[in-house]
Amino acid sequence: MRNMRILMFGWEFPPHNSGGLGVACFGLTRALSRLGAEITFVLPSNIQTNVDYMKVILAKEKMNQQVGVKIFSSPLHPYATAESYCQKLEMMDENSTIYADDLQSEVLRYAIEAKEIALGENFDIIHAHDWLTFLAGIAAKKVSQKPLVIHVHSTEYDRSGGGNCNQFVFEIEKRGMEEADKIIAISQHTKNTLVSKYQVDPSKIEVIHNGVDQDKNEMIVREDGVLSQLKKSGKFIVFFLGRLTIQKGVDYFLKMAQKVLEKRKDVVFVVAGSGDMERQLIMLAADLGISDKVFFVGFLRGDQANEMFSMGDLFVMPSISEPFGLVALESMLHETPVIVSKQSGVCETVSHALKVDFWDVDEMANKTLSVLSHASLKTQLSDFGKNEALKLDWNRSAQKVLRLFQQLIKV
Amino acid sequence: MPSVCFYFQVHQPYRVKKYRFFDIGKDHSYFNDKSDTSLNNEKILEKVSLKSYLPANALILELLQKHPEFRASYSFSGVFLEQIEKKFPHVLESFQKLVKTGQVEVLSETYYHSLSFLYSRQEFEKQVELHRKKIKKLFGVVPKVFRNTELIYSNEIAKVAEEMGFDAILAEGADHILDWQSPNFVYQPVGTEKIKLLLKNYRLSDDIAFRFSEKSWSHHPLTAEKFSDWVSSHNGNGEVVNLFMDYETFGEHQWEDSGIFDFLRSLPDKILKNPHNGFVTPSEAIKKYPVRGSLNVEHYVSWADVERDLSAWKSNAIQEDALKRIYALEEKIGKVKNRKLTEDWRKLQTSDHFYYMCTKYFADGDIHKYFSPYESPYDAFIAYMNALQDLEMRIEKALGNFSVEKVGVK
Repeated sequence: MRNMRILMFGWEFPPHNSGGLGVACFGLTRALSRLGAEITFVLPSNIQTNVDYMKVILAKEKMNQQVGVKIFSSPLHPYATAESYCQKLEMMDENSTIYADDLQSEVLRYAIEAKEIALGENFDIIHAHDWLTFLAGIAAKKVSQKPLVIHVHSTEYDRSGGGNCNQFVFEIEKRGMEEADKIIAISQHTKNTLVSKYQVDPSKIEVIHNGVDQDKNEMIVREDGVLSQLKKSGKFIVFFLGRLTIQKGVDYFLKMAQKVLEKRKDVVFVVAGSGDMERQLIMLAADLGISDKVFFVGFLRGDQANEMFSMGDLFVMPSISEPFGLVALESMLHETPVIVSKQSGVCETVSHALKVDFWDVDEMANKTLSVLSHASLKTQLSDFGKNEALKLDWNRSAQKVLRLFQQLIKV
Repeated sequence: MPSVCFYFQVHQPYRVKKYRFFDIGKDHSYFNDKSDTSLNNEKILEKVSLKSYLPANALILELLQKHPEFRASYSFSGVFLEQIEKKFPHVLESFQKLVKTGQVEVLSETYYHSLSFLYSRQEFEKQVELHRKKIKKLFGVVPKVFRNTELIYSNEIAKVAEEMGFDAILAEGADHILDWQSPNFVYQPVGTEKIKLLLKNYRLSDDIAFRFSEKSWSHHPLTAEKFSDWVSSHNGNGEVVNLFMDYETFGEHQWEDSGIFDFLRSLPDKILKNPHNGFVTPSEAIKKYPVRGSLNVEHYVSWADVERDLSAWKSNAIQEDALKRIYALEEKIGKVKNRKLTEDWRKLQTSDHFYYMCTKYFADGDIHKYFSPYESPYDAFIAYMNALQDLEMRIEKALGNFSVEKVGVK
């Protein structure tokens, strides 16, 4: 059989990613290409990538050449809420807001570009990742008559923490789900959201869990780093790593920290990440009276994140609503025990993790204290957790994706 | 020629409630869950009594009265008896009625259904003695046949049971200890002189206990006729067919609508149809049949899981840690001499606690999950260790070593 040719629409890609979507696209495309798929990967702006296993098209360059539209560098990133998008727009230079002056035209523009690209490429199937690319996927389907699969990594419902959905984004998501021939949800949790909040027919949705990148980067632990210093002083390090947004439930992490600190003094809490709740969280730590025990270290990438995983004693992911939560698997790969919220997709895929309801601060503190108190528990979660995460590789996910594509093409 | 020897295990542990770190030093009741979950010991007992114990007892009584040849034996854990004695005396009465028929034998075990043999000979013997007293008090009999928790067995256990004066001991007829030999004879444990060994026929026992309602099984549905034919086929190549199983098989593991009670109701009739067949209690079995061989079991064998070893309770770091910690308290408990502390310590020795912490096939959704009232083995461990930490503090306090405020602060 001829290799599967996939026209894929993404929004971000490592190293220029702000979160899990780019990581997932990298992991999945690499695994797909190893299985023989030929991928043309479209990105909206001039992102530097150094992948050699697939063809990357930067839509903007294409447009510049073919259509000659003036474009500024996109203020959008896939986790932005409408509010933060507007804030960013305001902060930009006036001269740069010539073409894309609002969210709608950003996304529409990508769709126009997509149409041009689809006309110039040969492919069997269209694969679009998350809402920013859905209109692009639909446009490509219209001109090519090829099946469209949308891949839902997160939903507006999740990002807004269950309330205050941005109607425009919600509409695009819903439209994408209607126009798609099949929908890949990255967890049962996400599938449930699509069925209950977006009224999608469950038989149209296939759950394909994310994998985790198995190649462990060479870890460089900086002896003078703050984590090393804390470690040397005999402190346990309990950490959060992720975006500081309402969806991630970091406030519950801090409330848990306060309870733990009532029982033990030999522990510090690290909040790694950036986001629109940062100031609010710093204030909360102060209000809780634990500022001296909580370290806000900002956004960590690559080596820094690896260092965090390796030095930390326990990773806590208290997400209010989390489509997947790849970061928990990364932690497990680094042999660092995890507590994940039951409201996360990753919770479905792992056994050797501690699980709590995100709102159950007492239970979160109980489990944290247990990990710190019992070496046997910590060791077992590390060992068994790593073995478990090793089995959840991208190859497994990519095979399922290809199987789904083959069914669609046959029909 | 073959006699059927029934032994039913009746046990309910004191499950540890969702006891949190913050309860340490404040709440000393570990087993009093009042929720709607399966951690509520009283509720479970009520449910299992209604579904299983009461209807099964009524049926067995009916069979004992109808067939003077019918026999059964029971092993009750002390913690089970204690719970029904307090909360459900009519359930206790229904068991007492069975024993009064004289056709039912009561077996010996450790009061707390514990793994104490593996950790302390002294503690083990104390618990067997406590159990003996309880059985004497409630049933007016003194057990002569011993079965260790979950049929954990080895030459060494047989030897100790012999020293303690028992006539026989029960064990799992696992393939790896029997090799080519049959479980359907009376054996002599290696290293003993008097005590006899009866081995579970696990194929026939599990046909009832595990496969009865399994629709994919080629012999489903299992009828009393079919089963009696299998028993009769041992004529000439076996003397005692030992059917050992949890009593909850009737009505709880195998639901009433599976036909399990009807099966049991017609079984004695069908078995006795063949004039060569009969029923025996373990004590009758060893009187009726001679020893046909000796059996050497150097390593522990049990009736749990496919491995039939100790791995259900001792195969990961958290189980080993919990076991080590609980048995490490023996010496201090001895010094404290406080009845409540000793009882709590022993209730925490019940093997079920460690079974719930098993992660052997955790990811595949295994039988431990089915039997566990906890969401995960880790939840079981955490609640257990928190309770244990509280107990340790109470012991230290009783010894005058420790102040309550010190918890958690290192």
